[in-house]
Amino acid sequence: MKKITLSGISKSFGGSRALENVDLTFESGKIYGLLGRNGAGKTTLLKILYGILYPSSGRVLSDDKEIRINDNFLGNLFYVGEPDYFPVETSLRKLFSETKYFRPEFDTEYALSLTSLFGLDSSKSLRSLSTGQRTLFKDILALSSGASFIFLDEPILGLDANRRDILYRTILGKYNESPFTIVISTHLIEEISSIVEHVIILHEGRVVRDEPLDSLLASGYSVSGKKDAVRKYISGKSVMGIDALGGFECAYILGARQENGHQDELEFGRLSLQKIFVQMTGSKGGDDK
Amino acid sequence: MELRFEEERPIFLQLAEQLEDGILSGAFPEESQIPSTTEISVRFKMNPATALKGINLLVDDGIIYKKRGLGMFVSEGAVEKLSDKRKEQFFERFVCSMIEEARRLGISESDMIGMIRRGCAS
Repeated sequence: MKKITLSGISKSFGGSRALENVDLTFESGKIYGLLGRNGAGKTTLLKILYGILYPSSGRVLSDDKEIRINDNFLGNLFYVGEPDYFPVETSLRKLFSETKYFRPEFDTEYALSLTSLFGLDSSKSLRSLSTGQRTLFKDILALSSGASFIFLDEPILGLDANRRDILYRTILGKYNESPFTIVISTHLIEEISSIVEHVIILHEGRVVRDEPLDSLLASGYSVSGKKDAVRKYISGKSVMGIDALGGFECAYILGARQENGHQDELEFGRLSLQKIFVQMTGSKGGDDK
Repeated sequence: MELRFEEERPIFLQLAEQLEDGILSGAFPEESQIPSTTEISVRFKMNPATALKGINLLVDDGIIYKKRGLGMFVSEGAVEKLSDKRKEQFFERFVCSMIEEARRLGISESDMIGMIRRGCAS
């Protein structure tokens, strides 16, 4: 399988729209960041991909073909949602061997080695784990799954800095060995920005950005200085948002940087993923006078 | 080699510059091997495509070269090439911007030269 495509996917729960006409393609061998605020539709999207939820309309395609029940589509994918789906009294070791039963490509040995790398006790039951440890359990399952498309939903939830560090290195180590597609869904952005190659930003059920990280970062810039100078400079330009601090302002602008003749009074900067994300997904009308 | 990345510039450029620093300081002597993209990717937690992009900048400049199946090595003459390049950058980044600022402040050429002498002497 070379790619998975979502075509015109919409999903409603009762009267509320969770996803609205989503078109996306996940290609093989890439690291994606699926970003959105809480409730943006990230988890719904992942669940539709994995067949846990049916879309209200739209299609999921594998290599441009409609997915059929007898395809080995799900064998290529791995997604773990809330670990509540697992029997909570069972030990991690047993859960690994049961996963192997359903998924012959599952690498039990690797799962156990990651378990000890992260300092988990494989004889413990899922119930006895803390939030962070449950997150790790999910991550270990995914990384050991042998799937070519892995979807990680909030893979760093509750993890301390040390373990996040080990996790990023583990993901990259595995990815370097044999590239697979990994879609990291999170609202904690800054840390993953050096890892991801392609960024998808979801906002209120819609895709607002879907492009390589490099081009996303190059799509705009920041300009800061005294309020009057900033206001004069940005008039007629496409402004994403403005941060104000007393008489000082920083504006975020879409388009190519035009510094000429303004270097004296204004300072120009590059956008970070975090800044772009906040500007693209902030509540509208926040232009405070 | 210790990489600390700032937000302001693309990571691949910063990686290329820090590798250059390593070559200039002798941490990576000429004809020695530099870390692979995999090592750089894992160690500094960056996408391997980013690491490759940074390394390819140095390959394009002839600072490092690839030995098929063995890895990447510092080219002979890389140090001289880099220090020439850095001197040129020194002129653009520091001298030109200093002159610009001096003009803005109304500092004359002779005053500026006097200040440089004073700085060198201290």
